[in-house]
Amino acid sequence: MRNHVLRPLWLALAAVAALLVVRYFMVPKDFGVNGRSFTYGFHRLSSVTDWQKFPDKYKGREYCKDCHEEKASENGASKHRNIQCENCHGPALGHPDNPDKLPIDRSRELCLRCHTKLAYPGSQRGQLKGIDPERHNPGQHCAECHNPHHPDQEVG
Amino acid sequence: MDCSRRTLLKSACAATAVATLPVSAFRLFSPAECRAETGKPGTRWIFLVDTEKCVGCGLCVKACKLENEVPYDAPVTRTWVERYVITSDGKSHIDSPLGGRDGFTSPKIDGEEINPKNITKAFFVPKLCNQCDNPPCVQVCPVGATYQTSDGVVLVDRKWCIGCGYCIMACPYGVRFFHPVYKVAEKCTFCYHRISKGEKTACVQACPFEARRIGNLRDPEDPVTKIVMTQRVGVLKDEYGTKPQVFYLGLDRSVR
Repeated sequence: MRNHVLRPLWLALAAVAALLVVRYFMVPKDFGVNGRSFTYGFHRLSSVTDWQKFPDKYKGREYCKDCHEEKASENGASKHRNIQCENCHGPALGHPDNPDKLPIDRSRELCLRCHTKLAYPGSQRGQLKGIDPERHNPGQHCAECHNPHHPDQEVG
Repeated sequence: MDCSRRTLLKSACAATAVATLPVSAFRLFSPAECRAETGKPGTRWIFLVDTEKCVGCGLCVKACKLENEVPYDAPVTRTWVERYVITSDGKSHIDSPLGGRDGFTSPKIDGEEINPKNITKAFFVPKLCNQCDNPPCVQVCPVGATYQTSDGVVLVDRKWCIGCGYCIMACPYGVRFFHPVYKVAEKCTFCYHRISKGEKTACVQACPFEARRIGNLRDPEDPVTKIVMTQRVGVLKDEYGTKPQVFYLGLDRSVR
């Protein structure tokens, strides 16, 4: 046979073979069509478990209640009962071991998220009690007068 | 060759029968496909947003960023809250400072003072990934790094994503962004790590007003499914054919 025809042919075949070998080792074994179709389910299956293993940062009220029973029941009997502890105190992952204390945010901005008066019709925001932050004791911490765990009570 | 009339007719009939078999008869069903076709047990995660209950406190955005390790001060977020103020001259004023992370603490919109007397309606609209049934972001991925799980959530494989950004362009809702740390496409996962364990998403747990709720469409007893089935719910950009699975109560026509 004529060599100048065969030589490039062998070369091309070797390149394809090399590509297939590399592909065999590079592509994970669980890669393929795993969902309802190729269009939406072509992926590495273990990626789903990777996401499931992502750590939770927020633990929820019941977790806090185990140690802070008194605060949780005080708050649970108030208008603020629907606000999760971690909304103001930060996510509880690792607490109480590390960090042993969660920072207490006393800033006005935290309260103003809901209690800046915005008289909006058609939104529940208009019905919340609110202030004009520039006129209502500017510069002072809300918690000096209002108990955030039980807003109907004066600070003792 | 010996061929009687009988054998010829027999083989002709057999050949015709085989030729008329549809191609689908030769297809092998995967176990997942069979499960999906028969009775539809299992889970299909959906989300319900009640815009009338949302007060724009932004605690959901804060919780999402901290839960999912989205850089807190970078101008990117998996979920955000938009404020719509419609004035009597028909104009809509829309803003979302820092995605609503710190709430809406000023009546000014983009520095503009709006006379409260001119406001005809105003409300807040939380937004997040719609976990579409036909996700365009998944269709465009050239490497198979983003996909839909069997329970309907669209995820990104961080080890496989090459960061080309096609999916960010393809999403009509603008929920995808480039993760500044991992350098891959990033999106809301419905807190897949939490819902897989039976917990609520971080934003749902953080919301004090029940404006955000998550449910399972395949469970007829699920309270969220009952609302979606029996009440008037809207979705965003229905005309794109993406079949979004985040449903809105009290959605206004000015919301885009």
